[in-house]
Parts: sequence; C-alpha cells; structure tokens
Amino acid sequence: MDGFSKLFEAIDGTTKTNAKIDAIASYLDQAIEADKLFAIALLIGNKPKRPVKTTTLREWVADYTQLPLWLFEECYYVVGDLGETISLMISQITDQDSDSISLKELFELLVELQKYDVEKQREVVETFWKNLSGTPLYLFNKMLTGSFRIGVSKKIVIKAIAKHLNKEEKNIEHQMMGVWNPLEHTFKDMFPLEGLEVAHHIPYPFCLAYPLDIDYDALGPIENWFLEKKLDGIRGQIICRNNELFIWSRGEDLLTDKFPEFEVLIHMLPAGTVLDGEIIPWKDGLPLPFSVMQTRIGRKNLSVKFLKEAPLIMVCYDLLEFEGKDLREEPLSVRRKLLEQLIADLVHQDILVLSERMHFDNWEAAGEFRDNARNYHCEGLMLKAENSIYNVGRKKGGWWKWKTAPLSIDGVMLYAQSGHGRRANLFTDYTFAVWDGDQLVPFAKAYSGLTDKEIGSLDRWIKANTIEKFGPVRSVKPIQVFEIGFEGINESSRHKSGVALRFPRILRWRTDKEPKQANTKDDLLQLLKLFES
Amino acid sequence: MLLEVNDFGLYCKQADVYIDPWRPVKRALITHGHADHMRWGNQYYLVHKDTVPVLKVRIGADVNFESVSYGEVKIINGVKFSYHPAGHILGSSQIRCEYKGEIWVVTGDYKLHNDGLSPEFEPVQCHHFVTESTFGLPIYEFKSPLLIFDDIKNYWAENQKNKENTIILCYSLGKAQSILNQIDENTDNVFLHGAVANLNESFREVGYNFVGERITGAHNKDHFDKSLIIAPPSVLGSAWMRKFGNYKVAFCSGWMQLRGAKNRKGVDKGFVFSDHCDFSSLNNAVKMSGAEHVYVTHGYETQYAQWLRESMGLDAQIMKTLYSDEEMMQEEGKETLE
Ligand SMILES: [Zn+2]
Ligand SMILES: [Zn+2]
Repeated sequence: MDGFSKLFEAIDGTTKTNAKIDAIASYLDQAIEADKLFAIALLIGNKPKRPVKTTTLREWVADYTQLPLWLFEECYYVVGDLGETISLMISQITDQDSDSISLKELFELLVELQKYDVEKQREVVETFWKNLSGTPLYLFNKMLTGSFRIGVSKKIVIKAIAKHLNKEEKNIEHQMMGVWNPLEHTFKDMFPLEGLEVAHHIPYPFCLAYPLDIDYDALGPIENWFLEKKLDGIRGQIICRNNELFIWSRGEDLLTDKFPEFEVLIHMLPAGTVLDGEIIPWKDGLPLPFSVMQTRIGRKNLSVKFLKEAPLIMVCYDLLEFEGKDLREEPLSVRRKLLEQLIADLVHQDILVLSERMHFDNWEAAGEFRDNARNYHCEGLMLKAENSIYNVGRKKGGWWKWKTAPLSIDGVMLYAQSGHGRRANLFTDYTFAVWDGDQLVPFAKAYSGLTDKEIGSLDRWIKANTIEKFGPVRSVKPIQVFEIGFEGINESSRHKSGVALRFPRILRWRTDKEPKQANTKDDLLQLLKLFES
Repeated sequence: MLLEVNDFGLYCKQADVYIDPWRPVKRALITHGHADHMRWGNQYYLVHKDTVPVLKVRIGADVNFESVSYGEVKIINGVKFSYHPAGHILGSSQIRCEYKGEIWVVTGDYKLHNDGLSPEFEPVQCHHFVTESTFGLPIYEFKSPLLIFDDIKNYWAENQKNKENTIILCYSLGKAQSILNQIDENTDNVFLHGAVANLNESFREVGYNFVGERITGAHNKDHFDKSLIIAPPSVLGSAWMRKFGNYKVAFCSGWMQLRGAKNRKGVDKGFVFSDHCDFSSLNNAVKMSGAEHVYVTHGYETQYAQWLRESMGLDAQIMKTLYSDEEMMQEEGKETLE
C-alpha cells in the first residue's frame, strides 16, 4: 500500500491537473502488475462496499482507544468524517509502521471481511489498526467506512493510463466503459497491449456537448447546423450485438433489466447496431414529466399496469454502429441518413422514435424557441454541426447545448447544515423558504452555486446567527435572501410548499434584498401552473 | 474562592487585581502578549519582562507597567503572586496565586513541547488549576515543534529545487520567532512581513536577535529568489502575495491536523504546529499540577471538563471566559497585530 499511499499524498497535495496525471502515470509505471487495476478502480470511485456497520465500528474504536463513546462522538462531530476521526484517534496509540500488504490484498480482504462474523471482523480490523500509521492508516479507515474518495476525475485517470501505456486517450476511454470489477479482470485484459479489443457488451464513450457560451452569430449560417430538442430523460445507448441486447445509461449503469419494453428489439434490429438517444416516458407523442421516470427507476417490480402508465421509448439521436461497423468518424449527415433509414425500416414498432429535426429561418427564431422551450416539452436545443463526427467525451465546437434559462425564485435561508469531506465543519447545505402569509415554508434545499469566498463568509454569518442547533443542522435568523434557480417544477404532497423542484441551485446571494422581498408560496404555485413538466 | 470570573475578567478580590481582563480595569496581571489576553485600556499592567516589548508595541510606550522575572514573588495585599514559564511564546507565564495556604495556578495559554525558544513549561503544584482547552479532544496530537522545524526547512529546500519562493504563514507573535530561531543567522534569504518585523525589532531590546529582512514597498519580484517569507495568515489571498511570483504557501496551525481545515485554507501545505497543548499534554499538565479542582476555559471546555471528571475523578468545571483562541482567529484571517 506504500506506493498507493504516496500516490494519494501526491494527488492530495496538488490542485494542478498535470501534476495529478503525472503522479498516476508514474505510480502505474512502478506498481506491481496485480495492483494496477485496483488502483484504477479506487481512483475512479469503484470501491469495496463498507464491510462493517458504522455503529459497530464506533464501539470498537472507543474500546480500542479506551475512551468513552461520547468523547468519540464529540470528536466525530468536530472532524466531520468518520474515517478521518478513527484515524486521528487510533494514531494516538500506534507508532509502528509495518506496512507489507499490497493494494490488491487489502481490497480483497475488505471484500472478504463482509462475510466474516463480527468477532473475526473485529480481530482483523484491530490488527490493521495496530500495524498501520499515517496515510496507509487513513486510507484503510476510509475504505473501512466506505467513504474513500480521491480528488481526480475519470478524465484524469484516462489520461494517466494513456500516458503510462503510450496509447490514445479515446481508446482507453472506450476500454474503460461499462461495469467492471478489479476482482474479475486484470489490467492486461482491460488494456491489451495489442489491438483495441473491446467486449461486445461495452458501450461507446458518449459524445457530450458544452453549453453554448459564445454568440450564435459566431456559429455561421444556421443551415450548416442540425438542431433538435434537448429532452429531459435518461441519455442512453442501446446495443444489439451477438443476439444480445444491452442498455447503458450515460452514467454507465447497465439498465437492460429495468427497461423490458426494449427486449423486442433483439428480433428487430440488425446485428451490430448501436443507438444513442434519450430514454423517456412517452404518451400520445409527448414526453411525460420526469417524475414519472424517477418513480419508474425506483421500482423493484414493474407490474403490467405500471408499464402501461409509464411506457418508455427511446428518442434516437444518433447511430454509432451499423451492421457491425463503427460509424463514429462519419459526419453527422451520413449517420443521420442511415438512422432515418433504419427506423423507417422497422415496421410495427413505436419504441424507437426519430429525434425531430427542428427547422428555423435564422438564429433569432431558434433563440426564441429556446427561450420558451418549456412550452415545447424540452429543455432547449441541441446544436450539432452537419459535418461533426461522434467525439469521445466533451470536445468544443462540433456540438453545443443551448438550454433555456432556469426558473428562479427568491427564498430566505432557514436552516444550514455542515458538509462532509472537504467541507466538513463548514456550513454548505442550506434550506430555503418562501412566505405563506407571515409564515416561512421551506421549498428547496441547495448546496451549490456559491463561491468559496461566499461560503466562508456565509459560514461565519451562520455561526453568529444561529437560533437553535439540532445535531449538524442549525436554524438561523431568517435574514439572508438567495435567488434559487431550478430546471423544473412539479406538484408534491410530500413537501410543505406543495411543490418539488428539479435541480435547485443557488444563482445569487441577494444581499440587496430584505427578507420581506422574498417570493411567496403563491408565486411558486403560479410557476407550477405555467410550467409543470 | 481566591479567584472568580466577573464581567471584567478573572478577578482576585483579596488583592483587587484581574488576570487577563477583557475589559479595562485598575490592575491587570497578564499571562502573555497575545491580543485576547493582553488588552488595551488597563491602568496598570504586571507582565513578565519578555512581554514588555510587546506591551510597548501593542498597548503603547507610555503605558503604566511593572515587570517580573520567572519565580520572583510579588505580594499584593497579602496574596503572593509569581510568574512561571508556560512554554507558549516568549514571556508567556502561568500565574501562581497563594493566599492563606490556598494555591491557584492560571495557565494562560501553554504547551508542554519544547519549541527551542520559549522557556519550557514548568509544572507548578496547586489546589486549583485554571487551564485552557483549545485542543482538548483526543483527535489532537502534536509532534514536537523541533521536528516540525525540520519539516519546514526541508519544505523550503524542496521548493528551492523547483525555483520557488516559500511563504510560511503563522502567528506573528510566537510561532514566527520560534521558526526564525531555528534558521542559520548568516542566511540573507529570509524576508519578513511588517507585522513580524515590528515584533522582532522590539524583542531586540530584551536581547533577542532574529534573522530576516523587512519587506517594504521598495521590494518587488526581483528581490525574491528561492526565499523564505514569514507572514501572518491574513495576507492569504491579498495583493501583497503577488510580490513573490512563483511560490508555495504553507500554513502553521494545530488546526492543520484536520483535513477539512487544511483544504479549506487553500494552501499548498499545512504544518501541524501549535503553541497550545494537545490532548495528552493537557492531561499531563493537569496530573502534574496535583490539583483537585480544575477550571477549563477557552476551547472544548464542556467536553474536556467532562473527560476530567470521568477519567480522573477530579472536580472539573467550565469557566466561561472571553478569551478567543488566537489560532482560531488566525484561521479566520483576523489577526489583529498589523
Ligand atoms: Zn496565546
Ligand atoms: Zn488564548
């Protein structure tokens, strides 16, 4: 674990992307073969499940350190992270450093540990506590509490692997798609030195669009662009190869079993077909609210009745593979033609729908549509250059997303809660309320949108203006007003305000506003009437 | 009770004096020169002789004061007062008070680790022990500052290899001097923020010489080449930092023990270096005092008092004071010494 601990320290000690890439690449250069894939799994957040209940773990720590449990809890409250708290308390009584376990062995052991009985678990854990110190001890406890995290994106890891193997990033990205388990694969199978073999169930890396941040005039004539609606479902890939069907989400979850209505496609699609599109609940030619999809995803058993109420389709955007041939380097116009043909040839089916090409006379007209996108059951427009290839990941230029502005409402901060990890001990999660007469009713929780500086000064304000403390939550004086943006609004009986917001976030801290100037519950209901998706 | 807390501070009625009062009083006995302990406006100050320069810089040259050495006894209306090393910073003292056989010790801020400069903490036997608890939880365990100084020097050397300047942020009274005390006096590549330089100059009159050149408006990027710069934390993120071109910045504080605190600071490195006791030092100090009654002040007073009651069976209670912890203040960038 020594090498991996050093890697962790190196990544932790820098904010520079290139330094992180170099650190990972040089770790891979030096690591023993068996450890490499485990390191990659951990780096991208693929970690073993927490093997021990945290309540049990707390009792063990109290016993082991001979400190009362209440004192442990006080420490945990101050530190804000269980794994770190345990490490700090354990390291007071350990000083030897006999680290001989490899990363692979540790990973395997944590998986095995889940199967042991409690006494055996405790014995193993205490042995580690006795023998580890410093960063290895910290990493062990983070994995033990199931909260191991490291400050790198998947993109950085991909770049590092490409550097280590001297290969192209897009190939590595493709090879890393889908679900894989370091206990079942080896580094060599995943990244073979020769060829670019990828197993038949593996999706292509999704081509992603940047938000449009330039003036549309810079895009040139609108005729050179393919415009379509940006829908609010689940972006996914349908793969039909070797008489098997796989459905992957953009988050790389394998969702085949969740979406039985697509099963029939095995018999319909030609072998070697990969489609990119939006999986979305659909009725009478229109999308249903996203909340329908959420309920659908949450269900374990899909009754026939429920399937009828929330039927899914895919609105197809792109054809990535046809008759076994990778089309991604072909221009969009060519891929689109083939896609149109493919869908036209599938008779008696209504689960694959062609994404509608939107025609506008000019960019102004397109902009007007985008501004009113909610009235057209979409989030805005996608702009794709006619000649664009299907890129790996996010590349500037070929594709843009042009989303309509978020809805917004001014709310008063009512509660604050401390964050975790980097944000432990700092109040970063807030609850906002609107006026209902002279009462404030909570309507949204949000934890993003402020700068670090704003978070800092808000934190100090919260500490000085607390009314009551309930564990990590504080109620604060209703003084601060924030503009809250969100993507959609739905009726909800579970919320006091009567509405549920989709993706609420802080747009601005309205220090210029008095609490009385915040919006009201009626304003929210007005928005609901206008925009219920 | 020989000592008790009232609206002005920790009061000794028999002698009519206050220890580290937070509002102006007639007579103040001062444990050390940090802003929350030595405040402005008292009519008379009794300080350790090494606190005198700080008193003059901070409170004023014409202030009415007397100074004592460690161990020297001062009797005020029958109460015997004496100052004893607290190991916190130069001049920092525990104040011992004795009247009719009852002995109290007020620690002020203190640490048991030797920092190479401040005279080492001296255990003083007493019946009543008033202790701070800034780091009074078992998550705080500090290495010896002497080891930290090595880490800091290595960090400087490493940054020099990368042709970078090194900025060390620390409290300008205390840590700044103990770090400078470890640096070869012949080096000419150490620079000081004005707040640090002011204090260093004042310490010269009591016989201390610290290395380092004061940074003034005349300095620009060209003056700094792989240099070591010592500055108070309040400069972080300010335009002043731009003078140094390529640099790495590190922060010295006991709070650096926590990852959250370190990451939040946005510094390149955190040195877990404190002028306060860690948890086990507090426990040792309490034991060495032999006191049966312990009064826990600024820090984790609720938790630490409970711990003392349960683990040592002592009569430990919270003493509500208005001392704010200077490490906490500097973490929030509110150092008041500039
Ligand atoms: Zn102090
Ligand atoms: Zn203090």
